[in-house]
Amino acid sequence: MASLVVADHDNHALKDATAKTVAAAAQLGTPVHVLVAGKNCAAVADAAARLSGVEKVLLAEGEAYEKMLAEEMEALILSLASGYDAFLAPATTDGKNFMPRVAAKLDVPQISEILGVESPEVFRRPIYAGNAIETVQAAAGKKVITVRTTTFKPVEDGGSAPVERVEAPPPRGLSRFVGEELSKSERPELTSARVIISGGRGLQSGENFHLLEKIADKLNAALGASRAAVDAGFVPNDYQVGQTGKVVAPELYIAVGISGAIQHLAGMKDSRVIVAINKDEEAPIFQIADYGLVGDLFKAIPEMEAELTRLGY
Amino acid sequence: MKILVPVKRVIDFNVKPRVKADQTGIDLANVKMAMNPFDEIAVEEALRLREKGKPTEVVVVSIGPQAAQETIRTALAMGADRGILVKSDGPVEPLAVAKILKAICEEEKPGLVILGKQAIDDDSNQTGQMLAALLGWGQGTFAHRLELESESARVEREIDGGLQTVALKLPAIVTTDLRLNEPRYASLPNIMKAKKKPIAEKAPGDYGVDTTPRLKVLKVTEPPKRQAGVKVKTAAELVDRLKNEAGVI
Repeated sequence: MASLVVADHDNHALKDATAKTVAAAAQLGTPVHVLVAGKNCAAVADAAARLSGVEKVLLAEGEAYEKMLAEEMEALILSLASGYDAFLAPATTDGKNFMPRVAAKLDVPQISEILGVESPEVFRRPIYAGNAIETVQAAAGKKVITVRTTTFKPVEDGGSAPVERVEAPPPRGLSRFVGEELSKSERPELTSARVIISGGRGLQSGENFHLLEKIADKLNAALGASRAAVDAGFVPNDYQVGQTGKVVAPELYIAVGISGAIQHLAGMKDSRVIVAINKDEEAPIFQIADYGLVGDLFKAIPEMEAELTRLGY
Repeated sequence: MKILVPVKRVIDFNVKPRVKADQTGIDLANVKMAMNPFDEIAVEEALRLREKGKPTEVVVVSIGPQAAQETIRTALAMGADRGILVKSDGPVEPLAVAKILKAICEEEKPGLVILGKQAIDDDSNQTGQMLAALLGWGQGTFAHRLELESESARVEREIDGGLQTVALKLPAIVTTDLRLNEPRYASLPNIMKAKKKPIAEKAPGDYGVDTTPRLKVLKVTEPPKRQAGVKVKTAAELVDRLKNEAGVI
């Protein structure tokens, strides 16, 4: 038998999360196939075929897959289910949306957001917003798993798997895509950026996020925010880093005016180097920061920008 | 139209969970418990829809120990009409919860089920989607806005890249995200009134569902700790250390 990884992509490009999920799937010790479901996305399938360790790519194209509607993805994956004993998807908002439907129809529990594979049957996953780590043994039957991609290294290119088209089951018509508002940004995506600079309530307004943008431009960083900053309306929801937002683990995470609620820490504490800039010396963020600067961010950030400019960034 | 809202009793979100010394789980003895925050948002949304007109009844379900009755009372005090407690003392996995809820949906025939997107204890984020699949219904997960129309629901969802809107054929499943609404506090008169509202008591067996966990928890441990690092005095020193010591810029 084999494992089926459901690819994360935007119909144009394969997302990094797929290569990380393939890395997790490879640890199950059986051949790895990748399913690319979308619309006009043959180029994505070709990219998936190049991932090392992938034995076959299945390509399903159809209107219903353009936005990965959960009801249609469920039907598609189930139509392929007999050939696989494990199904994995990155724990993105898409993977979280359709994978539990697949598990329910296969009558197996889902193992959500695994951080590590101990053995092909045993997995580690965070519970209580990352305050504890649970080690679980899978149930009998097929496995349905979502993967927290920050803890897996992406597999490299180097493969050349065949791409096979699969027939899409008829649309179910239970839901319909109406529209979307995607944040447009020239900056790297939060979940794959090497450097992230995030702002919290201490920024006091959405306008003040421009201060962080200047640093972000110099370091080619993504912009993030705490839940407090999103709830206050400073920035849109997709900036949120935390247990219920995005989970990130960049090389460098700079937290500005963020106190460090558990919820936020759960989303960024696996970053390699953490910097905290906050005027409150007692803020919990300092307990996990590699470098802490106690002071007024409205003074510290322009100074940091000036120093970076001086050094030629 | 009826709205069904499942609610879970979990450790209060303000309490820091402690891992038991024998690594069998989280210590829940004498810990403050409360309604899962996402479920509170679900109750609030159901009440707002009822207040706007079309839905006529909000039914709250909880699957858990006898004490989960308090969680149902909280929802009744917020304004829900009646409750169903499905008593089960051990942990119940999302799939078993979904199966019980499916049976309840077949009895109660709600037009809409609103659930929290995840419980803050096991962080599974599965039950709503599983219920939708078992019923063969459409779903709008991680809802940021919800509008009911005559035959459909329109759900604006929080997704990784921003917001997405889907239209769902009713009956349907909606799961709540943080910014859907701000739940109300129950007033004292409403807390008194809630004491008289009916709560039916059931058992998983009444719905033919076996709640024996299928995943085996081998151990529960503390996450690796991070040590606090150094305090720097100036922004210039910070930049210097990031460049020359940590080598990350």
